[in-house]
Amino acid sequence: MKLSLQHIAIGCALIFSLQSCSKKDDNKPQTSKKATLSVEFDNIAGDRNLQLGTGTYTNSSGEQLTIQTLKYFISNIKVTNAEGVEYVVPQDSSYFLVDESKPETQECKVQVPEADYKSLTFTIGVDSLRNTMDISKRTGVLDPSGSMDDGMYWGWNSGYIFFKMEGTSPQAPVDPTGANKFRYHIGGFGGYSAPTINNIKTVTLDLSKAGVARVRAGRESNIHLMVDALKMFSGPSTISIAANPQVMFSAFSVNVANNFAGMFRHDHTEN
Amino acid sequence: MRNKAFWTVLAGFCLFIYACKKEDDIQKTVSEFLGFQQPANFPEPVYKLSNNPVNEAGFLLGRTLFYEPRLSRDNTISCGSCHIQSSGFTQHGHDVSHGIDDKLGSRNSPPIMNLAWNKTFFWDGGVFDLDLQPINPITNPVEMDEKMESVISKLKQLPKYNELFKKAFGTEEINGIRIFKALSQFMVMCVSANSKYDKVTRNEGESFTAEEQAGYTIFKSRCSSCHAEPLFTDGSFRNNGIGAGPNNDEGRYAVTLNPDDRYKFKVPSLRNLSYTAPYMHDGRFLTINAVLDHYANEVKVSPTLDPLLNTGNKPGVALSDDDKIKLLSFLKTLDDPDFVSRKDLSEQ
Ligand code: HEC
Ligand code: HEC
Repeated sequence: MKLSLQHIAIGCALIFSLQSCSKKDDNKPQTSKKATLSVEFDNIAGDRNLQLGTGTYTNSSGEQLTIQTLKYFISNIKVTNAEGVEYVVPQDSSYFLVDESKPETQECKVQVPEADYKSLTFTIGVDSLRNTMDISKRTGVLDPSGSMDDGMYWGWNSGYIFFKMEGTSPQAPVDPTGANKFRYHIGGFGGYSAPTINNIKTVTLDLSKAGVARVRAGRESNIHLMVDALKMFSGPSTISIAANPQVMFSAFSVNVANNFAGMFRHDHTEN
Repeated sequence: MRNKAFWTVLAGFCLFIYACKKEDDIQKTVSEFLGFQQPANFPEPVYKLSNNPVNEAGFLLGRTLFYEPRLSRDNTISCGSCHIQSSGFTQHGHDVSHGIDDKLGSRNSPPIMNLAWNKTFFWDGGVFDLDLQPINPITNPVEMDEKMESVISKLKQLPKYNELFKKAFGTEEINGIRIFKALSQFMVMCVSANSKYDKVTRNEGESFTAEEQAGYTIFKSRCSSCHAEPLFTDGSFRNNGIGAGPNNDEGRYAVTLNPDDRYKFKVPSLRNLSYTAPYMHDGRFLTINAVLDHYANEVKVSPTLDPLLNTGNKPGVALSDDDKIKLLSFLKTLDDPDFVSRKDLSEQ
């Protein structure tokens, strides 16, 4: 006895029809349409556009600096509409690595229901759950083997680097390579088996003043944020390059992370 | 008509299932691969085998990768270079690891042994999932100093890997996650549970000599609160009073930033000590005798010294010369000659 193509087709049809029957029972259809919302992370330095490697800027401690690397993870995006209803973007499509040297990474696109959104919330960094998830669920920008080469993962102390800024400054001491380098590698998701620093920061921005996002199918609403790299040096704590040229996994890193929220400002929305 | 077709399909389907099952049986008789087996005297493993079920093809791929020098920048160093089977999967004769371009690491290579029961990895526990572990040696500048991207492209050039990945994961795709999962499948299979101690515990017809039995009694009263049976470690981090070395490695503190964790290291297993000298995180003791002398006479008091080692009027563990001899002969019963010579774990 052999299976013919016809038999298989009938079998498949049977299975399909059974499945569609059961589907009808359990869920009401979703009426709202989804559309693209983009969030643009436009990195600046004070009142200038950020130019990697060439621009020279002055921080709040009066130190001169040039930025060579600026990268950070943005994740867990949420929006709230005019009626106060919150929409959480499904986690699997909500991880982005913004890299100033790669313009295509600066527009983070998500699918949300059509609505007028008056507020935007996101995480700077990677939530602790994803930090500890099975490796097969960490693909794309979260693939530790990929990000490790990009330097956004600590292998020796399993966890993502949330934010990385490197550059040079005459106020930074000379390192073994002969450069006056500063390095800020900030991470720490709270620890796996023992508690430690938690530098995961959540930012909520009110969009109502500079323009709500009117998300409609067929066009793309773009929330344009300005991200001021110099604000990393000021805010709740003042970070001086001379005093702390290298901040990595240490108790002091909490001070740097406390300044993160102040870096993000809603400039306008293109609807 | 419709009804008849349905029964025909059903009958065909049953036949199909039956055929598959038959093939399975044949495979079983051909190969002896038993998969991951929990020894009768061991607890449930910690490693989530459900996320990475061990199968023969995955294990064979993992073994090939473990002995693959292309995982290093200049194709000279494999995992097996620092984790040598005949030395209980440690690097014999090296206090600290010896990697690419003869560069030295800062810690002693621990054994690849019973890792399915490890809660954390590394002397400081910085890694909490075995799958996340190989990133470190591969990319560490003093170990293999290679990038995952180039490891992947080097492996893609070898036809044997296309074949091996396909057998293990269904398609020829080679990526970091698959490399790590396959290495884990090999490493969790490195189970050492056939020492004399195990055979005695499992009542497999062997028994301790009087001296070994006396040593066992001493062990249970003075060592097993940290080196807990049957794995001979409780997986905790403790300061056993050896004192900071010249590079002032602060151990667990680097991971938790908790001052109470300064100079604490993961309690190592005591299985296979005969093959794994030198001892401690920096390989400072060359013999087990030196280790016993340490516990008996040289324990240094410091703020994080484990309270268990500071109970009497002298820090350390009370051990007479006679106790040491007995203890030593008990520790020898933890050697598993089968583990360090088994062909299925060797480079082929
Ligand atoms: C240059 C020598 C070297 C090489 C090559 C090397 N290792 Fe290691 N391995 C070490 C050292 C040293 C440690 C301990 C490091 C520490 O605790 O900080 C270690 C630790 C480990 C551990 C943790 C064991 C435990 O009990 O905590 C595992 C697992 C491991 N290595 C697997 C591998 C794999 C897989 C490879 C190949 C991809 C590899 N090693 C290559 C030296 C090496
Ligand atoms: C308070 C907990 C504790 C007690 C009690 C203890 N140990 Fe340890 N032991 C440790 C820790 C922690 C290490 C690793 C220290 C390091 O490398 O810095 C260790 C390391 C060792 C090592 C080295 C193993 C290797 O592979 O490097 C041996 C051998 C050893 N202990 C034997 C013993 C014996 C025998 C006793 C009983 C006399 C004992 N220990 C009691 C905590 C303990």
